[in-house]
Amino acid sequence: MSRLRLFTTNQAQQTVEELYKDIERRIQAAQPGLCPVDLAATFLHISHSQSCGKCVPCRIGLGQLEQLIDSVLNGSATLETLDVIERTAESIYASADCAIGSEAARMVLKGLKGFRDDYEEHILHGRCKALQTQPVPCVYQCPAQVDIPGYISLVHEGRYADAVNLIRKDNPLPATCGLICEHPCEVRCRRTLVDDPINIRGLKRFAVEHEGEIPTPEIAEKTGKKVAVVGGGPSGLSAAYYLSMMGHDVMVYEQRKKLGGMLRYGIPSYRLPREILDHEIEGLMKSGFKAVTDVSIGKDITMAELKEQYDAIYVAIGAHTGRKIGIEGEDAKGVLSAVEMLRAIGDEEMPDFSGLDCVVIGGGNVAMDVARSAVRLGAKTVTIAYRRRKADMTALVEEVEGAVADGCEIMELHAPLRIEKDADGNVAAIWVQPQIVGPVEWGRPKPVDADVPEVRIPCDRVLVAIGQGIDSNTFGQYGIPVKRGRIDAMDTSSIGDVDGIFSGGDCVTGPATVIRAIAAGKVAAGNIDEYLGYHHEIKSNIELPRIRFDDHKPCGRVNMKERPAAERRHDFKLMECGMTEEEAKQESGRCLHCDHFGYGIFKGGRVAKW
Amino acid sequence: MVNVTIDGVKLAVPERTTILDAAKMAGIQIPTLCYWEGLNEIGACRVCVVEVEGFERLFTACNNTVDEGMVIRTNSKKARTARRNNVELILSQHNSNCATCVRSGNCALQQISTDLGIQSIPFEKQIPEVTGNPDFPLIRDASKCIKCMRCVQVCDKIQDSHVWDVINTGSRVTVDVAHAYRLEDSDCALCGQCITHCPVGALKERDDTQRVLDAIDDPEKIVLVQIAPAIRTSWGEYFGLTPDVATVQLLGTALRRVGVNYVFDTDFSADLTIMEEGSEFLDKVAHAKDHKFPMFTSCCPGWVRYVKAHFPQFVDQLSSAKSPQQMFGAVAKSYYADILGVDPKKIFSVSIMPCLAKKHECAIDVMNDACGDPDVDVVMTTREVVRLIRAAQVRPGDLTAEPLDMPLGIGSGAGNIFGATGGVMEAALRSAYFLMTGKNPEPDAFQTVRGMDGWKESTFDLAGTPVRVAVVHGLANAGALLRKLDAGEVEYDFVEVMACPGGCVGGGGQPICDGAFKAADRAPVLYAQDKADTLRFCHENPSIQAIYRDYLGEPLSHKSHHLLHTDHHAWQMPAEKR
Repeated sequence: MSRLRLFTTNQAQQTVEELYKDIERRIQAAQPGLCPVDLAATFLHISHSQSCGKCVPCRIGLGQLEQLIDSVLNGSATLETLDVIERTAESIYASADCAIGSEAARMVLKGLKGFRDDYEEHILHGRCKALQTQPVPCVYQCPAQVDIPGYISLVHEGRYADAVNLIRKDNPLPATCGLICEHPCEVRCRRTLVDDPINIRGLKRFAVEHEGEIPTPEIAEKTGKKVAVVGGGPSGLSAAYYLSMMGHDVMVYEQRKKLGGMLRYGIPSYRLPREILDHEIEGLMKSGFKAVTDVSIGKDITMAELKEQYDAIYVAIGAHTGRKIGIEGEDAKGVLSAVEMLRAIGDEEMPDFSGLDCVVIGGGNVAMDVARSAVRLGAKTVTIAYRRRKADMTALVEEVEGAVADGCEIMELHAPLRIEKDADGNVAAIWVQPQIVGPVEWGRPKPVDADVPEVRIPCDRVLVAIGQGIDSNTFGQYGIPVKRGRIDAMDTSSIGDVDGIFSGGDCVTGPATVIRAIAAGKVAAGNIDEYLGYHHEIKSNIELPRIRFDDHKPCGRVNMKERPAAERRHDFKLMECGMTEEEAKQESGRCLHCDHFGYGIFKGGRVAKW
Repeated sequence: MVNVTIDGVKLAVPERTTILDAAKMAGIQIPTLCYWEGLNEIGACRVCVVEVEGFERLFTACNNTVDEGMVIRTNSKKARTARRNNVELILSQHNSNCATCVRSGNCALQQISTDLGIQSIPFEKQIPEVTGNPDFPLIRDASKCIKCMRCVQVCDKIQDSHVWDVINTGSRVTVDVAHAYRLEDSDCALCGQCITHCPVGALKERDDTQRVLDAIDDPEKIVLVQIAPAIRTSWGEYFGLTPDVATVQLLGTALRRVGVNYVFDTDFSADLTIMEEGSEFLDKVAHAKDHKFPMFTSCCPGWVRYVKAHFPQFVDQLSSAKSPQQMFGAVAKSYYADILGVDPKKIFSVSIMPCLAKKHECAIDVMNDACGDPDVDVVMTTREVVRLIRAAQVRPGDLTAEPLDMPLGIGSGAGNIFGATGGVMEAALRSAYFLMTGKNPEPDAFQTVRGMDGWKESTFDLAGTPVRVAVVHGLANAGALLRKLDAGEVEYDFVEVMACPGGCVGGGGQPICDGAFKAADRAPVLYAQDKADTLRFCHENPSIQAIYRDYLGEPLSHKSHHLLHTDHHAWQMPAEKR
């Protein structure tokens, strides 16, 4: 007889492991708008199947809870049923022996609070409040609602210019987005049910690279109306582009030396090369709008003057002021905000970090941009100090990994304490307090001072990337409502009672993404057109290819590759490599065409014009 | 052109042809269920699935197109099995008590199930119980709904009313009233197009045949019936009779066999409508400064419900004239009661209409101008009158047509074409021309307003006055016109609106013919009858001349106003109360 035996997995267990993966992916790709009560019952059913059955609350209670929720769904429950559900769930949570029972009950309690009105709607009216309004996941996740299945089908056919022009119907900055968009479109891609989401951004980039010359858009008959756009960033430029197409005379006022906003003064060129940005802006300007740079509203021209001269104004000034940490010694020479540093780089005034030790404070995408730029500016060492864990960084995982590959050191769980100056007032070191990861608050584990001594990191530069503010004073003084520094505009871009002034982008939302800024510009253009008394339609006449048949056989996703770290870390040239034609063809062929297959063909599958 | 092989048949078809159409060209019928050409091509029922060589999965034929070299098998084992399985699944959630279903014998699900030879299903039956309010003219029976979504589509796309929508998600998805909990609280125009587009018995009209039978059985009641123009284009369809045989007179004869006392023609009151509405229009033109234009026709209660619910700013521009049905009812219980020398309260006034909204219209509590009782007691749709005749075991094909009763049994050709889009406008223009010039125009002078285009417009010269008219049918076209009017992009003097596509011939109360747009076939019947008629002008109808001479005085007289006009603000749509 053997005394011990190794655990082995049998075939059933292996299959179940695979099914777990399937379910994980299915949950990842779940569309919004599903009935939360139905989901609560389903989650409970899964939880109950995990019960070992030893204890009463879990073995019997979870099943009874499920029955009760089913009675809500089936219309046989009363409002008192909710009390029974609540009491039972509370008892299970309190008395279950292990987390299998207690956590299942906690989920039910969370739902009772979070969507109680849905429970009540089912009980009182026999139906759900939830509505299926997002049949094509990628399109509805994209703030600008770009016709993604449409252009992917065009890429697949090799019709790249048509693909890009179809994108321009909703997003006039396809080259930019092909390189730096955060691609929310991929988050709920239904292809995830099969294997992995489509590499939508990569396909966009590929299409743009093969587009040829940017065409001059069709311009509607001149209306004689004049619109001022304050801010030449992605939001302002998008609004200017569409408004010009609608026949209005548009003038963009830009404070910096060149157009582009954060695309030029916030995004390093190794992610978005200047020549691509310049080319894109030239293309946008084919719509006919004019721009003046080096003009500051409030100094060179007042809002009152603009209001006098124009029929409508779109304020899209972005979020361009650096936030301070608020620690001792922050005034030392050698402390730079991310905004200052990236702005200088944007104007091609490159700081020289040769041989210097740099410490970056922050854990967002901007912190990674600053760290990786510092590497490229010749820094001897770059250390990213972050008070939470690396896993808690808000930067995209690939950005964090890229920074590490470029040679940056990440010091997680180190909170900045003070900056030490030398006799001349220069940065000598930064002192940090090691942290221990603590209790979860608001969904994130909170760092707490660890019971270990402070750490001194000797350095020459401290680069602060902990967020940006909005320079909205001028506009607030003019009478535009401002809340906590942000311009208080609605989701239509209009501003309460202020007639004829619209606002959108980072200055309304706080620092966000380029695609949200673009979407705000698009929304503003449509509503400004309407305000001016018109109803111009922006549409595309591109005929889409026949819908392909496909068996959905699993196939890996084509990921983007990057130039080797050893090479790219020495220059500001584009870091990411594009797809090959072979890759683009395969990747575009993975699209499931939710615009045709599924709910999309019934309702909301294609928005042909706006 | 692309080359395809379907079930071994090789043929070339134009690019982007659907597999369904390509198969048709090859002489192969692929069964469909949820499909309605041009309206509902969503592949929901998965009955039309076919096998395409090179692919493991099946594809729907109704909404997928052929490709060069495609080899398709419409009836392979895989396709056949999936098709049958899907029908069995639908049946598992369908109340299949066919014997008591109003659609038995005219049901797309019954047809496909029978065609596929399904005699039992391997699934547990799961039938929802919720059923609509039995007192409302339109009733939804959830136990029969197969979620084909046709009602949602026709209500959205053709009728711009958005009453029906998909409710709930997952296994509990169903179709129900959107933006309200009950149909009677919704903005439903009661056009009934959802019924004529329903493949099964999930949507139906309230059946009022028993109320008619009760009146017939009541010796105290004098039952008289009016028959709308559009009925004569369609009522014979069930009996296999063509319109030249299934005339209004034959229907009248059948109804007398059922026990009705008098049978009349709504064409008469259509003529009366023209006298009143035409005079109203000319009066407005003469005092143009005091009125907003265009004036809208008010014959169609579906349209009146729609405009009240969605565009209340235009309600004052509706003609104040009652619809022909209500004019007839008011005349029947006053003028005709006098002729008979009976108490009008003894008269039971039945109206046979191709329409559901008429059921609501007759029940509006101000429609009681003749004697205080409802001017029209019951409205039966074409489908109900067919059921009434069938239940009485009367076989119209065996009868010899007898003339209708007089004096309300005569109408002009102009009144007859009321049943088709453009007909009211054309009839009005014929008489307006006469009233302005003192002579009759060529009867066909205004025929550009005929036809199935959704939005027709013309300008006619009436004694030197240019009159800009528009004719729309289908409420989405009406909505589009109203939006353009609101935006100041179009201008008209007189606009005819009929809620149903094609007008009353395509009405929601007409016989159901799955997948077909029958209005286009039925309208020409009315125009041919008009053409063949010797009486082609409303004002020349001798009974019309008599009623003005003997009873009403003249159009727009005090008495005419009392009996033949109404206040559209006297009742509210749910939207007006919100």
